[in-house]
Parts: sequence; structure tokens; C-alpha cells
Amino acid sequence: MSIIEVTNLTKFYGKSRGIIDVSFAEEEGEIFGFIGPNGAGKSTTIRLLLSLIHPTSGSAKVFGKDVTRYGPELRRDIGYLPSEVYYYEGMKVIDLLKYSASFYDRDCTQRIKDLSDLMELELNRRISDLSYGNKKKVGIVQGLLHSPKLLFLDEPTAGLDPLMQRKFFNLIREENARGVTVFFSSHILGEVQRLCTRVGIIREGKIVEISNIRALQQNNYKKVRVTAEGLDPAAFELPGVTNMQTEDGTLNFFFKGDVNAVLQKISALQVEDVSIEEPTLEEIFMHYYE
Amino acid sequence: MSATIYKHEFRTHLRSVINWSVALILIILIYAYFFATFSEQAAVLNDALKNFPPQLRAAFGLDKVDMSTVLGYFSFIFMFVQLCIAIQASYYGFGLVSIEEAELTADFLLSKPVSRTQVLTSKLLAAISSLLITDLVVWVTSYISIAIFSAGHEYDARTFILLQLSILIFQLFFLGVGLVISLLVRRVRSVTPYALGLGFGAYVLNAFSGMLGDVKLELITPFKHFDTAYIVKTGGYDTPLVLLNVAVILVAVAASYWLYIRRDIPSVS
Repeated sequence: MSIIEVTNLTKFYGKSRGIIDVSFAEEEGEIFGFIGPNGAGKSTTIRLLLSLIHPTSGSAKVFGKDVTRYGPELRRDIGYLPSEVYYYEGMKVIDLLKYSASFYDRDCTQRIKDLSDLMELELNRRISDLSYGNKKKVGIVQGLLHSPKLLFLDEPTAGLDPLMQRKFFNLIREENARGVTVFFSSHILGEVQRLCTRVGIIREGKIVEISNIRALQQNNYKKVRVTAEGLDPAAFELPGVTNMQTEDGTLNFFFKGDVNAVLQKISALQVEDVSIEEPTLEEIFMHYYE
Repeated sequence: MSATIYKHEFRTHLRSVINWSVALILIILIYAYFFATFSEQAAVLNDALKNFPPQLRAAFGLDKVDMSTVLGYFSFIFMFVQLCIAIQASYYGFGLVSIEEAELTADFLLSKPVSRTQVLTSKLLAAISSLLITDLVVWVTSYISIAIFSAGHEYDARTFILLQLSILIFQLFFLGVGLVISLLVRRVRSVTPYALGLGFGAYVLNAFSGMLGDVKLELITPFKHFDTAYIVKTGGYDTPLVLLNVAVILVAVAASYWLYIRRDIPSVS
């Protein structure tokens, strides 16, 4: 059974675009990366799945049930870390966490302690005194304290120092190993590459690609770099070649297709240097956006 | 209804309840303190008032009541009590969901396993509880002050109680109307101007109704529906107007639920 199932989901805020015709599914136990630049519709998608906002058309299911109809019931097993963390400023951290825990019919005391120890969060400070990074930690503990089965992480690492990011990633991996499904939205590709098994790429409100990370890197594109004398870029105008750039007698391009076609062209040249490698996710990503 | 949200909301209101209660105690006691002087000098005072422009007398409701009687004087005090209660209730109404949205804590609350209906009901009940505490303070203070300062003057206990009870429905109007307006406008950035606007606006609409000529605009304001001078003068409520008031409350609250359940919670973008 798919944990998340989104079908032709569309959201307009009045006339302005949120997301258009988004469809994807996430299976149980997956860490699904949701990549796109700011304003692409990542938060909109998550907020629709939490029924904080309502779809203009299309539908979304979580745990097999429609999010609009069964929202409160579904949210019992959902943890959410928003991209911007805002909490009741006058409260102490521990009071906020207890307030958060009181919505779930299980005892979260030990878990609050464990998580805040791990994230080095001081429980007796006032929310208003916390730095952005510390508020983010409150968000992490708050999102995980009820041991949810599904986690929505919306740009979770912003504000965390590298050490904390690593702890956080380990925490997410542990949760995932226990069977927790993770929906991870980010515009930082490195972290998606480290954590996720599958990615969806969203651009201007539309899904442009859903793929296995390995497949995306291995099967789809090769990054080719050729340095040769008398190089004629026109000779490499093959089907499947994109992003061609010439620089000081060096030709760079992406290639998708049968690599022999490129090799034949190269072998015809007096080559000084050649490399064919898998592009980083960053490069693939930029490719989708240009 | 969620006990968790109710408790949290109630705690949030507590400081404001204390502030309003202290203000109301002071208003009632200070005004009541001057009653002895007023009643002794009643003849002089009434003469003096006759020299005031009629509009001014009307504005303060001084044209309808005899300030030398206990209840006449008290209806004058109670108009200010109503004004305070109106602003307090408007504040709660406008702030009920908009403060969370402005401070962006709504995402936290609504990603919990609670329905919008539960959220709104809990918040409404917490606000009503806070208002009831304020009412209790008003009632006790009124009773004490009248016992101390009436100086043996007779008054009709039934009318006094009717006057006191009028704020119960009166405040729900401002709570409900404030809430529905806050859900109709796109975003309430600051609650105070809205609350003062609704509270004072409704007061002014009644106070200066005479100046507007034949336009019966005052019929829409609770200050008219529960006109203190009218209650004291007739010893009862103006039933059709009270029913109109209740109808407005019901429509406002029903519309609020309808709007809130369908509402897109705003976020930073």
C-alpha cells in the first residue's frame, strides 16, 4: 500500500499558482526527496497533505485515506517539521513540547527527553529567547515526539550547524530503519542525495521528473568532457546531447542515450583528454531548471 | 471540543481577563462613589443638564433617565461597562483564530490530530469562559457598590438583575461578529484596531443615532438592543431587538464555522 498517493493535485491561491496537476506515490519505508527551488510548490504540497490548505482539484491520500475527509485521524500518525518554525513565544520549550504531546493518546515523556538530549535542546528556556537553529530543534523534537509513522520534513536542515545536521540525518535514518516513511523536501541536493532513495523534482508547480536516485545518476545522463585539437562542436550535435558548452578547446555536454554514439565521434578525434562520468545531482537538477 | 486546546486558550486569555476585571472594578466603584453627591444635588444637576445641548445629553443617554435614582444612575455607569465588555469581547472575537495565523502558530496547532470544528469550538468556549469570569466580576462589584453607595435609596431588584444579565448576550454579539469579520478579511495583522473599531463603532452608532436623523442605523448595534436606559425605564428588554441580536450571533457563529472549516491557513511565502 502506498503511504502517500497524490493524484492530479492542483492548488491555486486565487489566481496565483500553487501546484498544478501533481501526481506521485510514496511507498512504505521510503525516504522520498522532493526537490525544487523556492516557490516551486514544495510547501504547498506538504500543507495540502496535512489539510492546512484545501485542494482546488485532484485528491491526496495518506495511509490510503483521503486527507480532506480523514485529516484529524490521519494526523495522529504524522509528524511535521515546517520550513519556518514559529511557536508560542511566551512558552517554555518544555511546556510547548508537553502541549504538543497532549494531543496524542500516548505517554511521550521519555521520548521528549531522549530527543532533546540527542539534539542538545535546553528544555527550560523560553521560546522567545531561542535562536533560529534552536527553534528548529524544538521543531524536530515536536515533530518526532509521538513516534509518527510518516514524517514530513520541509527544508529541515536550514539553521542547523553541520554537526547537528549529521545528528539529525542519523536520527532520520534510525527512524526510517524502524519503518517510518519520510517525505523530505529540500532545495539542497547534497542532502537529498545522502538520504533519499527516490526523488521527485518540482518546477513552477509541476512535477518534471520522478526517479530513483541511482537511476537518475546512472542510467539517464553522462557528463562528457572532451579536450581535442580542431574540436568541432557541431560534430557532437547528436540526439540526446544537451547543455553543450565550449571552453578553451574543451567541450562539455550531457548525454542521454547509447554511449557508443558519442564514443565513435570521440574516436575520430585526436583526443588530448576525455572523461565520461555520472553527473552530480546538482548538475542534473540545474539541467532540469534551465 | 479538545480539553487540551481549551486549557491552552484559557491560559492565554487569563492576563487580559485580569486587566479588564481590574478596569471594570475601578470604573464601577469610582462612578458609584459619586452617586451620593449626585442624588443629593439631583435638582441642581438636572437643571444643569437641561442647559447642555440635547445631542450631548443624548450621546450619554442622559435624556432618558433620572440620574438621581439608583438605577437611573446605574444605567449610566453600565453604559461604560458595556463599552468595555464590547471591546473585550471584540478583541477575543477578532483574535480567536487570527492571532495564531499572524504569529504563524496555526500550522503547529492544525497539524495536530484535531478537526477544525474541535479547534474553533475549544477556542470559542475558552473565550466565553473568560468573558463569564469578567461578567462575574462585574456582577459582584455592581452588587457590592450598590449596597455601599445607594445610601438607603430604594431600587427595583428585578430590573437591576435584568440590567446585569444583559451583558451575557451582548458580549456574544461582539465575539461572534468579530470572529466572522476576522475570517472574511484576508488577514488581520493587528487585532487592536479592529476590536476598538467594532466596540466604539457600535457604541457611537447608538449614542449619536439622534444626529443621523431618520436613518435607523442604531438598530444594528447591541448598545441599542440592550439600551441600559431602556431597560431601567421599562423594567424589561426590547424583545424584538434582543431577538434580532440573537439572530445575528447565530448567523455569525454558523458562518464562522463554515468559513473556518474551508479556510486555507496562510503561511509565510
